[in-house]
Amino acid sequence: MININSLKYCLRQSTVSLKRNFWLAAVTSAIIAVSLAILGGFLLLAVNVGQFVTSVEENVEIGVFLQADADAEKIGEQLSNLAGVESIAFVSRDEGLNTLAKSLGDEVLLSGLAGEDNPLPDAYRVKVTDVALVSTLTDSIRTIPGVELADYGEELVNRLLKITNWLNTLFVGISILLALGAIFLIVTTIRLSVLARSEEISIMKYLGASDWFIRFPFLLEGVAMGWVGTLFSTASLAFIYRKLAVTLQQDAFAFFLRPVTALDKLLPIFLGLLLLGTLMGGVGSLISIRKYLKV
Amino acid sequence: MIEFKDVTKIYPGSDRPALQNLSLQITKGEFVFLVGPSGAGKSTLIKLFFREQLPTKGEILFDGKNIALLEKSALLKHRRQIGMVFQDFRLLKQKTVFENVAFALEVLGKSPAEIQEKVPLTLAKVGLTGKENAFPAELSGGEQQRVGVARALVKDPTILIADEPTGNLDRDTSWQLMELFSAINESGTTVIIATHAWDVVDRMQKRVIALAEGSLIRDELRGSYNDQH
Repeated sequence: MININSLKYCLRQSTVSLKRNFWLAAVTSAIIAVSLAILGGFLLLAVNVGQFVTSVEENVEIGVFLQADADAEKIGEQLSNLAGVESIAFVSRDEGLNTLAKSLGDEVLLSGLAGEDNPLPDAYRVKVTDVALVSTLTDSIRTIPGVELADYGEELVNRLLKITNWLNTLFVGISILLALGAIFLIVTTIRLSVLARSEEISIMKYLGASDWFIRFPFLLEGVAMGWVGTLFSTASLAFIYRKLAVTLQQDAFAFFLRPVTALDKLLPIFLGLLLLGTLMGGVGSLISIRKYLKV
Repeated sequence: MIEFKDVTKIYPGSDRPALQNLSLQITKGEFVFLVGPSGAGKSTLIKLFFREQLPTKGEILFDGKNIALLEKSALLKHRRQIGMVFQDFRLLKQKTVFENVAFALEVLGKSPAEIQEKVPLTLAKVGLTGKENAFPAELSGGEQQRVGVARALVKDPTILIADEPTGNLDRDTSWQLMELFSAINESGTTVIIATHAWDVVDRMQKRVIALAEGSLIRDELRGSYNDQH
């Protein structure tokens, strides 16, 4: 039904309407921008938390500490034969002491404990093929004779998983609320321009205009506000994120917080925001115009 | 070509029918007055034919098709053959005379070239040449209604329907407007006018369909406003 003349007409109508309600449209766009920026910020945070969790999970190792009189070689063989074990590494008591001293940052402090006074046992570091197996695998390692202790930082992994689950729910909840708020604003803005043109709309219906012809200018108006809002939010978000990422990468103390910079992970977020902004604008205007089309 | 078959319309929330068992036929090229006091059902009849409302009972046929059953696109086509003229003119105040008439073609997606060609011709037909750039507020009531007629006419409707077109006009202006309607009718367009203006009806000597309390009480080929027999 919509031909090129109609399209031109609709574009003109939307432009006139946006000009007439300039400040209201600007405020609406700004609020869309703010809510999308917050949503986008959450999404970026979620991606980063996700990456952090993955890297922690990938590095999960089972520390297997041996009894002083245990046959290290035999236990090593048994460990390798367990299902779900990817690799094992032997850490002698001397190596263990060195590592500990290094991580404490003072190699002299523990030097007195070297040799026969070393309190550490021999140990194996066991890498697993699947993080989900780590708990059952640890249990079966504990039953191997000669094993004093097997541990994988249970507490930390579980707490991390719980926190990420909780954060994800929170993100989704807040984002939905913000999106609803933004849609409500769009509905209000468009309704004002519908009201300003209600007489025109009723005449259009008597002149035989199609529903889409009547709807289209308002749809364009809403989508335009959505786009402007998205543009501002993604631009400022990208700017801030870049600054933050650069700072973090240069900061030696934040070495464990490697920000996600891969474009294939960030692009979907920005494209998603653009789509969402457009959708919010469109849905908002369709809600506004719906009841004026009943003839 | 227009046929009402035993049509009854009861609006929701009302127990009195606005139209009751109405049957009538209007053929192509006719000039018809719909008369009767306020609330007789004239406007309801028009709304039903425009399919702004659906009948509670009965059928309305246009060219043999039941208009209640028209699909969306067919309904648009139906409405586009009907030119509507209103008592309160319903012109857009912020648009000029030319723009108001052009609007009727714009909403149908017509090209600027066609609009530039047709609008002046139509304005000439209703006697408004020279007023193209005037705004409605600068025109007299009679002139405003001519703009309304031009807007209805510019899309070449097969039927022109006017609901109390002279309700806001004085006698002389009303008479001039009726002569315009008569000329439009002579060029082949079916004209249906709902009106209170008894003197005009009596003078025109056209077909008169009289309604009272939703029922057809008189249908005469060369009638007058009141029953003179």
